Amino acid sequence: MTPDIALILGIDGIATGSIYVLVGLGLVLIFSVTRVVFVPFGDIVAFSGLTLAAMQLNRMPGTIYLLATLALLACVIEVVHHLWRRQPQRMVRGLVLYGLLPLVPAAIAWLTAGMSMPAFVQILLAIALVAPIGPLIERIALRPLADASVLLLLIVSVALTFGLSGLGLLFFGAEGFRTKPLTNEIFRLGSVTMTSQTLLMLASAAVFSLLLFVFFEHTLAGKALRATSINRVGARIVGIRPAGTSALAFLLASLLAAISGILISPVTTLYYDSGFIIGLKAFVGAIIGGLVSYPGTAIGALFVGVLESFASFWNSSLKEVVVFSLLIPVMLLRSLSLAQVDEEDEEVQG
Amino acid sequence: MSRTTAYLVTIAMIAMLATAPLWVAEFTITLLNYIGIYALVVLGVVLLTGVGGLTSFGQAAFVGIGAYATAWLTTAQGASPWLGLVFALVVTGAVAALLGAVTLRLGGHFLPLGTIAWGLAIYFLFGNIEGLGRHNGMADVPPIYIGSVSLEPNSAIYYLIWVMLALAMLLVANLLQSREGRAIRSLRGGAVMVESLGINVFRVRLITFVVAALLAAVSGWLYAHMSRFVSPTPFDVRMGIQYLFMAILGGSGQILGAVVGAALLTVLTNALQDILPRFSANGEQLQAIVFAVIYVLALQFARGGVMPFVLQFVPRRRKPPAASGEPLPRRQMPEAGRPLLTVHGLLKRFGGLEAVSRVGFEVAAGEIVGLIGPNGAGKSTVFNLITGVLRSDDGTVNFLGADITNANQRRIARAGVARTFQHVKLRSSMSLIDNVLLGAYPRTRAGFVRGALRLDLAEEARARAEAQHQLDRVGLGTEAYDLAGNLPLGRQRILEVARALAADPALIIFDEPAAGLSRPEKAALAELLRGLRKEGVTVLLVEHDVEFVMGLVDRIVVMDFGSKLMEGPPASVRADPRVQEAYLGSVV
Repeated sequence: MTPDIALILGIDGIATGSIYVLVGLGLVLIFSVTRVVFVPFGDIVAFSGLTLAAMQLNRMPGTIYLLATLALLACVIEVVHHLWRRQPQRMVRGLVLYGLLPLVPAAIAWLTAGMSMPAFVQILLAIALVAPIGPLIERIALRPLADASVLLLLIVSVALTFGLSGLGLLFFGAEGFRTKPLTNEIFRLGSVTMTSQTLLMLASAAVFSLLLFVFFEHTLAGKALRATSINRVGARIVGIRPAGTSALAFLLASLLAAISGILISPVTTLYYDSGFIIGLKAFVGAIIGGLVSYPGTAIGALFVGVLESFASFWNSSLKEVVVFSLLIPVMLLRSLSLAQVDEEDEEVQG
Repeated sequence: MSRTTAYLVTIAMIAMLATAPLWVAEFTITLLNYIGIYALVVLGVVLLTGVGGLTSFGQAAFVGIGAYATAWLTTAQGASPWLGLVFALVVTGAVAALLGAVTLRLGGHFLPLGTIAWGLAIYFLFGNIEGLGRHNGMADVPPIYIGSVSLEPNSAIYYLIWVMLALAMLLVANLLQSREGRAIRSLRGGAVMVESLGINVFRVRLITFVVAALLAAVSGWLYAHMSRFVSPTPFDVRMGIQYLFMAILGGSGQILGAVVGAALLTVLTNALQDILPRFSANGEQLQAIVFAVIYVLALQFARGGVMPFVLQFVPRRRKPPAASGEPLPRRQMPEAGRPLLTVHGLLKRFGGLEAVSRVGFEVAAGEIVGLIGPNGAGKSTVFNLITGVLRSDDGTVNFLGADITNANQRRIARAGVARTFQHVKLRSSMSLIDNVLLGAYPRTRAGFVRGALRLDLAEEARARAEAQHQLDRVGLGTEAYDLAGNLPLGRQRILEVARALAADPALIIFDEPAAGLSRPEKAALAELLRGLRKEGVTVLLVEHDVEFVMGLVDRIVVMDFGSKLMEGPPASVRADPRVQEAYLGSVV
């Protein structure tokens, strides 16, 4: 391996890593606020890329039907929930939030399907279509279990991966897609060439990480999320609604996933089930950060990207083995640095 | 359902299974074979996740290692399938021990995430090794022979599968009733209590993990020689996830739940494959969605699975007869008056706060010493430093002449220090006597193999007699087989005392034993402690209840603001103005 190749692999790895950064930040955001280890998160990334690809091919994106299915389920659950508690007057709010709101982008996409639109409008629409998926899943499957143990929530979220990949195959088909590149410039820096797509990925990761930081530090909603992640009971006592914060966390994370999907789809062919592996790679990054630290996750995710890039140069068919095996030394280091046995209750049954 | 009916139903079911190849269709036998093969894996998941509380999504990878090991040895090397079984067990056991050693120290959600990751890694590895046929897999795996009888027909290997399953279930059932089995059952709900009893949590976790992997390896071996072909697909992490859900649907924690869960999911998959294509061209996709819905609903509404529902129709097992047998050998108590515990210059900082600053005191054998002080005086920190839960920043702790400063909880327990907890730590789903038997763990020897093969019966009887004796002694003897969780708080504290006594300790340290006890209960506890003193057991009480302490102890050590205020006999402590000020505030 020459230094030139190493440099190219490094840049390539950092570009892929920057996508894992965005996905990893979303995972940590969801975990810290809701305690859900959201394994199907990668599926949202894949769905976002597939949505954009369908629009570019002037096809009806399957996301519309996916949203309609999820919104219908969420509405049924809202209705049952409020009737059960004998507070039908609260139903309207739930129906608007989980029924009407997600259907707005779906309706727009349905009406404009087949029309040629400027690329950035398509991108915005794709993001708007994908963003409600997270909060809808949260409402349908996870909120009824909000008080369950971390382990049980993890098992539920693993069960959800089955459902989401099934829905993905149903609505997007088995075909793989790649979107048109967003930009097409090539830069030369000495002996290294760099595509503008790479730069765009890097810049997006930086900008959105920064936006997330600003949101957490300088807005009331961001502070509420932070408060919830530090102490749920305390946050509740000062009037922060847990249902509201988890919906917001899922919405933000879903947005991050949607953006990641848009960025990754021009460089990777996405299938309905590609998300599982993307999500798990981001998890490896997030676990390097202990699933709690945002900067730790960013560094871990970049490292995963670079490792993957070098591993695929060494032996492309074994790159997944290398990336997932990375977790073993990471976990070993974590367990050695673990001073105290954690007294967390490891109950599966509630 | 009466006991007789239950027996008849069981016998009828076994008879039906035994004669199945004679009267059911070939296809049903195939289905039953798969159920048996899956149930072996799920049995491991039940042991690991249901009983031991360690969640693994990666069992399919172990099935794969077992299947590939035997396939390689019997095709590439031409060895006998029976040698293949040994090889499969050795390879799988070694990989599991290695993976377990690395990941099992991490509890909570890291372990299951880790199992997904290495489950995927092993799966991708199968598909990329030249010698294992890459993604095409390995064909022409030979069938198993017993003597000259070929087990190639489905109806022949059927018997091997179900006999192996029955054997595995029997061994696991035996194991769970043994000394190590109780340790596995105690894993759920935090490690501090388990370690304080002298049980090596990591070792128990690791062996349980390897046992589960070995069950998976047997399943893989059967699979390879039944289908006579191995490829990576059946060992995907998705299958690993399904094994976990089989255990949950069946009723994790129940041995029979393994068969019920495996049967339920296999039959359901089969039914869905028949039904769904009639409704839609996307049958396969719908199947995954149906499963997800079932899993999520089951986890929301029926976390116990099917077994608890079945078990309510089955009569409860009759209580075992009161244990009789020679009690366990007791330790030689140190001579009264000899220094037993010497604490010198103990120091603990939490950040900038000195919670314990240079505390020293001595406890002589045969004494009852009280450690008292107002809230926040540092009593509990001293307690945790002595028992090895916290590490001190300076100072020494000596016990029976040995330095136990910063030793781990387990070593301290085995040296002869037993403890109770301020917030009672029991296993509420275990019986009283099982909880007390946990205390006797360091006094007994039987390991996993002896437990599974029931070679431990003599020792078990002695340990049981010991536990029953301790329960009788604290007045809980008649309830020995009730669940600990059903006791009121005060009696749970008493149960912890019995558990501590079962360890035959030289020193017992009680953390606020009188808290939450009624007046008569306190009097009974004080009487029990006096009885211990007569037997030569030394007692250190960390207590808030001054009245309880004053009437009982020989000597008192008073702490305030992290330092030792004074020590002396109860009367002089009571008269000391500094103590009065610490408790009541300054008079001036």
